[in-house]
Amino acid sequence: MPTPRSEPAAKPKIEVRDFNFYYGDLHVLHDIAMDIPEKQVTAFIGPSGCGKSTFIRSINRMNDIIPGARARGRVTLDDQDLYAPSVDVVALRRKVGMVFQKSNPFPKSVYENVAYGLRIGGVHGRRLLDEVVERSLQRAALWEEVKDRLSSSALSLSGGQQQRLCIARALAVDPEVLLMDEPASALDPIATQKIEELIYELKSNYTIVIVTHNMQQAARVSDRTAFFMLGKLVEYDLTNTIFMNPKQKLTEDYITGRFG
Amino acid sequence: MGSDPFDTTLTRIPRSRRRRRYGEMVSVGLLGFSVVLILAILAVILGDVIYLGAGHVTWTFLSESPRQGLAEGGIYPAIIGTTFLVLLMTIAAVPLGVATAVYLHEYTPKETPQQTWKRFRNTEGKERGKELGTFILSVLARVTRSAVANLAGVPSIVFGLFGLGFFIQFVGGAMDAATQPEGEIVWGQGNLLWAAMTLALLTLPTVIVATEEALRTVPAELRAGSIALGATRWETIRRIVLPGALPGILTGGILAISRGAGEVAPILFTGAAYYLPYLPQDLSSQFMHLGYHVLILSTQSPDVEATTPVLYGTVFVLLLLTFLLNLTGVLIRARTRAKIHSGG
Repeated sequence: MPTPRSEPAAKPKIEVRDFNFYYGDLHVLHDIAMDIPEKQVTAFIGPSGCGKSTFIRSINRMNDIIPGARARGRVTLDDQDLYAPSVDVVALRRKVGMVFQKSNPFPKSVYENVAYGLRIGGVHGRRLLDEVVERSLQRAALWEEVKDRLSSSALSLSGGQQQRLCIARALAVDPEVLLMDEPASALDPIATQKIEELIYELKSNYTIVIVTHNMQQAARVSDRTAFFMLGKLVEYDLTNTIFMNPKQKLTEDYITGRFG
Repeated sequence: MGSDPFDTTLTRIPRSRRRRRYGEMVSVGLLGFSVVLILAILAVILGDVIYLGAGHVTWTFLSESPRQGLAEGGIYPAIIGTTFLVLLMTIAAVPLGVATAVYLHEYTPKETPQQTWKRFRNTEGKERGKELGTFILSVLARVTRSAVANLAGVPSIVFGLFGLGFFIQFVGGAMDAATQPEGEIVWGQGNLLWAAMTLALLTLPTVIVATEEALRTVPAELRAGSIALGATRWETIRRIVLPGALPGILTGGILAISRGAGEVAPILFTGAAYYLPYLPQDLSSQFMHLGYHVLILSTQSPDVEATTPVLYGTVFVLLLLTFLLNLTGVLIRARTRAKIHSGG
């Protein structure tokens, strides 16, 4: 049952069918099927090692760089099969941006971090770059804090600012989907709150998929929640339903903290 | 209280622990002694050279050719010859070494051939071809790494013989046969080019190993961040990995070069001259060299008494040049570090 029943029949942004994933001999994802709706926040929760990170990294094919990684089945973005031989992974990763668990700004200036994706895309016009850098930093709610030090090192920012810089960097190449792999797990509560507010803002323009260890976070930010365990998708529904009225015993045990 | 097992006073140390404390003191003492010994040896060598050599270094000594059976005059041609040799060697060794290291570290699989072969055997379907490619690359990487390690262990005189046999007789001979109809020998003899190539081979392993080490220090998260923004592997290397590894590459490169600058054995047969009244004119010229000059002064001199001051002066200059080269390395590294940190 890939689509939750309470779903009005809108076309999903991402469709996953019979998706299996292997690291060498290790079978880490089993027959995943789900629809991810456009311009909403979908959260993946589950215990460590349940495959949620592997799955989110399958959506922009970041797993390609891991030796021995193999994918079977279908993941489509707007009906385009992401694992078809004709797919250009570089173009895919520009459409599907990613923010990592550990903020990873480049050892360059704030400005150059945000401009990076444009520069490798061949944009050199100073005015266009200035414009996009400002707009991306504004969207990531960082502009006011860094507008006077765009040329200082990104490494001089605080942890929370660095993570929002990474979000701005991802937004600069104008993606349609934003994947966030535990974006706030290394941050303090105030920085975390800022990231959560940002996610709420961003969903009017972007389809957001977020992996989180923190169930309260999933409950606060997401519209839908998928619960993974041991490489299987146990339950996927509206976030309210998952937290108030889960259908599976496993889901209930997990969200009530009986294991985790 | 005697041997009260519940005695918890901190001042009385039981015998077993006292023995351990002696052991601790002995090992720290030995470690400290090694440090002092090394510093002392260095101080004696440097002190001797500076005391006996520095006084002999005058402007005349630095700017004139040797005279009177090497006992008078200066070492100008040897300074110039060494400089050109080191420059040429750098131009040959650093780009090749860095390129090899980048290929090895960034493009070949991290796993052993055994692992990649096993995976190829267990893979079915469309990834089979890819896994075979991975296996071949991992074999290539293994062979290259062993070759580099073995190259680093080859005695430098063997490099000299190789240069004589390969560069001078084989390559140079062929070049002469092709370009000199009268049978003149231009490239088929020792010269600046072949000596620099031979030295470059000698320093290549050091450059490769240092560069790979520097590449390893660039965090995987930065590479992933770049790839996730739609950068290709090469764009990531050029814009993120190489700038991050640059301080390490420069340091390693300069250390390799300063080692190469002092090597004599590889250039014995490949171009260094005993005495030349003129400076090298082009790549096919022979040249004088500081290290070789030291060897000549100390073994071939007709009058050892007369040439000893010149010998000390030459050694002093050679050490000074090496030291300056190392200092440049340290300064460049400090500057690039500061620049990277300030976000340049």
